[in-house]
Amino acid sequence: MSSEKAVRGSAATPVCLSLALLALVVVTVYIFAAGIWPMPPSITTVGNWIDSQYNLTLWIMGIIFILAQLALGWLVFRYRDRGQRARFVRGSHTLEVIWTTATLVLFVALGVTAVRSWARVHFVAAAPDALPIDVLAEQFTWNFRYPGPDGRFAATSPSAYSDSNGNPFGILSSSADKDDIVSPVLVIPVGREVELRMESKDVIHDFDVRELRIKQDIVPGMIIPIHFTANKIGKYELMCAQLCGLGHNRMHSYLQVMSEADFQAWLKQQEAENQQ
Amino acid sequence: MSAPAHAVPHHTEAPRSFIRRWVFATDHKVIGLQYWFLSLAAVSVGMVLSWLFRTHLAWPNAAIPGFGGVMKPEQYLALVTMHGTLMIFFVLTVAPQSGFGNYFLPIQIGADDMAFPRINMLSFWTTFVGFLVMMAAFVVSGGAPINGWTSYPPLSAVGQVSGPGQGMGETLWVVSIALFCGASLMTALNFIATTIELRARGMSLMRMPLTVWGWFVTAVLGLLAFGVLLAACILLLLDRLAYTSFFIPSALVFSDTQPALGHAGGSPLLWQHLFWFFGHPEVYIAILPGMGITSHVLSTFSRKPIFGYKAMAYSLCAIAFLSFTVWGHHMFISGMSPYSALAFSFLTLIIGVPSAIKTFNWLGTLWGAKIQFTTAMLFAIGFVSMFVTGGVTGLFLAQPAVDLPLHDTLFVVAHFHLVMGVAAIFGIFAGTYYWFPKMFGRKMNETLGKAHFWFTFVGAYLIFMPMHWLGIVGSLRRYADASAAPFLQPLEPVQHFITIAAFITGAGQLLFYWNFFWSIGHGEKVDRNPWHATTLEWTVPSPPPHGNFAEYPQIYRGPYEYAVPGYRDDYIPQDLAPDQVAKA
Repeated sequence: MSSEKAVRGSAATPVCLSLALLALVVVTVYIFAAGIWPMPPSITTVGNWIDSQYNLTLWIMGIIFILAQLALGWLVFRYRDRGQRARFVRGSHTLEVIWTTATLVLFVALGVTAVRSWARVHFVAAAPDALPIDVLAEQFTWNFRYPGPDGRFAATSPSAYSDSNGNPFGILSSSADKDDIVSPVLVIPVGREVELRMESKDVIHDFDVRELRIKQDIVPGMIIPIHFTANKIGKYELMCAQLCGLGHNRMHSYLQVMSEADFQAWLKQQEAENQQ
Repeated sequence: MSAPAHAVPHHTEAPRSFIRRWVFATDHKVIGLQYWFLSLAAVSVGMVLSWLFRTHLAWPNAAIPGFGGVMKPEQYLALVTMHGTLMIFFVLTVAPQSGFGNYFLPIQIGADDMAFPRINMLSFWTTFVGFLVMMAAFVVSGGAPINGWTSYPPLSAVGQVSGPGQGMGETLWVVSIALFCGASLMTALNFIATTIELRARGMSLMRMPLTVWGWFVTAVLGLLAFGVLLAACILLLLDRLAYTSFFIPSALVFSDTQPALGHAGGSPLLWQHLFWFFGHPEVYIAILPGMGITSHVLSTFSRKPIFGYKAMAYSLCAIAFLSFTVWGHHMFISGMSPYSALAFSFLTLIIGVPSAIKTFNWLGTLWGAKIQFTTAMLFAIGFVSMFVTGGVTGLFLAQPAVDLPLHDTLFVVAHFHLVMGVAAIFGIFAGTYYWFPKMFGRKMNETLGKAHFWFTFVGAYLIFMPMHWLGIVGSLRRYADASAAPFLQPLEPVQHFITIAAFITGAGQLLFYWNFFWSIGHGEKVDRNPWHATTLEWTVPSPPPHGNFAEYPQIYRGPYEYAVPGYRDDYIPQDLAPDQVAKA
């Protein structure tokens, strides 16, 4: 080769590469260990389960990440061209079997441990006494509806939709149950299960409250239920997580978790406003 | 395997006219370069788009040149949509497969051209027209579409009523992608026929370079996946133009003052199933050729056989097969059956196994090696690092429960950029530095090349590692700014950091442009085999003549015979007769 020396080069490149990979590992581990950017605390039991599954995955994949990057860094430094002849090895059947089996078992086991929290979110229906709330998403607004004092939802029709008249759900004035409470903020009592029945007027939206650890697309033409029990009073941000148009990032509201007493007072206040 | 009966290739005469030789060319090498330059144009546009929207994301109140002041949310979304579309289709699908595959697959198997040279020409020019149609979306009324590269209906299906860019812009998008699908189907057929039919004598499947395995398996994926996307695009086009309702349910209302749309009976989820049935194989279409190139380059500059050749070939096939069974992991939150999510989850976790096998074997190749740190080798090593980092986060997203908090956040954006964006780009760079001497008869400058590597390697990590952390906090993708969500605002300094890193990394790419074009005329001249490599492309002149081979080669051994004990040289070309190999 005309430039044998140039190809072989100095040790600078492999040393820099090894150090760069080491730095990648050290900085990454530090940022996770120091908890610089954590998820916000979960406010549901199932959220806690999801967090522990996330943490388990973080440990396992973190160790794999660290070992793989350090191995790469060590190999490029250790086996840089120093004029030696490479070792003639075509592979190892034993090693192939070992690492294939090991990763298969590990990855499938990880999947098994993740089933429980998914099942709790999706395979179990809401309890019969869960508080029902209708969710109607539209470009670029959230609407929530409670059954009102009579405990029944009013009949609605798309032809009666009127955001400007405060009737985004299109509640029919002829309906006997038209005392529904409509709110732009999702207000719920703490410690009580709620069931959201979610619909969209126009395009796909997504219900996302970080502290619930739940995301759920809201698909026009479908009624999609989700249920949860928030166990901490507070005001949490509600966002749209599925691209829905030019106002996607402004489709923002709040989940307000109140004590049962405050929640009942809020309902009363809303009913009073309805009367006016 | 059928070897050509005649010993001398029939395509000995190159076409004389400029048009037939360089424009409407049938020579696979010219077509390969045409694809490569098309993707260079596309990646340049895509990168500039990313600078523009990254600038807006970091400084949402800053006026941006060319946008008449502060960028509007719809402009931001149009840039994001076009960035994703250009990069996925016209860069990551075109350069590694249609570009390098066209140029080197025939040479590496000892063929004088593709099986169907005219179809090959038609594929390129169809892709080119698709590119022009896509670019036209920028200049039509309403501008480019804003629905993201995934184009979910109803947003993508109902026209202007759903937003600016959703009229003519989105129609052009669908037409462009349909053209692209047609072209990709033709390319896939050509690659498959060529690999099966045109291998030289002795070139058994298990003697093919892993690059050829990569292109061949990718072609099979393309054949099965692009047909589905083509069908989906036609249905979407009909919904848009012929008022059908494949994807649009009844009674959609976009404004109180307008009546509900008259569509009825369509399913938005149907598009998602069709799209991701294509879309997940597509990410492997983008990465498998890069895996092939990485294996090829790692072996060459390790001066060592690839570790576990058969495992490498079989794992490519396993990935390809499984890639058609995992599309539902894009839809865990979509409203599809939560029971099917479990099946998709386990299949997705299992597809991680062949990917892990490949990584182990790459590390095994470096073990005991004699590593030559060429620029191509640095990018191949970088590929392994990026693939590991991007791969481990895939195991989070494969579990539906863990996907719930992470879905649609910047964590996902960081994951796929590293694992199939940056890694694939590293594969393209590795291939470019490696094969440049073959394509142009000169080497690229190694000093500039190494500087380019460091900018890209460090830069990519500086861009995408913080993006994971933004996603873990809950920062959502496709958000034009953080103004409405208070929790996002303290994260703005991280967005500044990422944007600055993107500019520096992008500026580092200027080194590549300069090095590439300068080296075509001024690089160090090389002979046939500057890297002392073993495969057939290194046995023909640089650049190879029309028809590639003076006579069809006879193949005697596998592709990675490096450091074989008992021989003088540490490499034995595939076509060197056993009695010609110099003993130690």
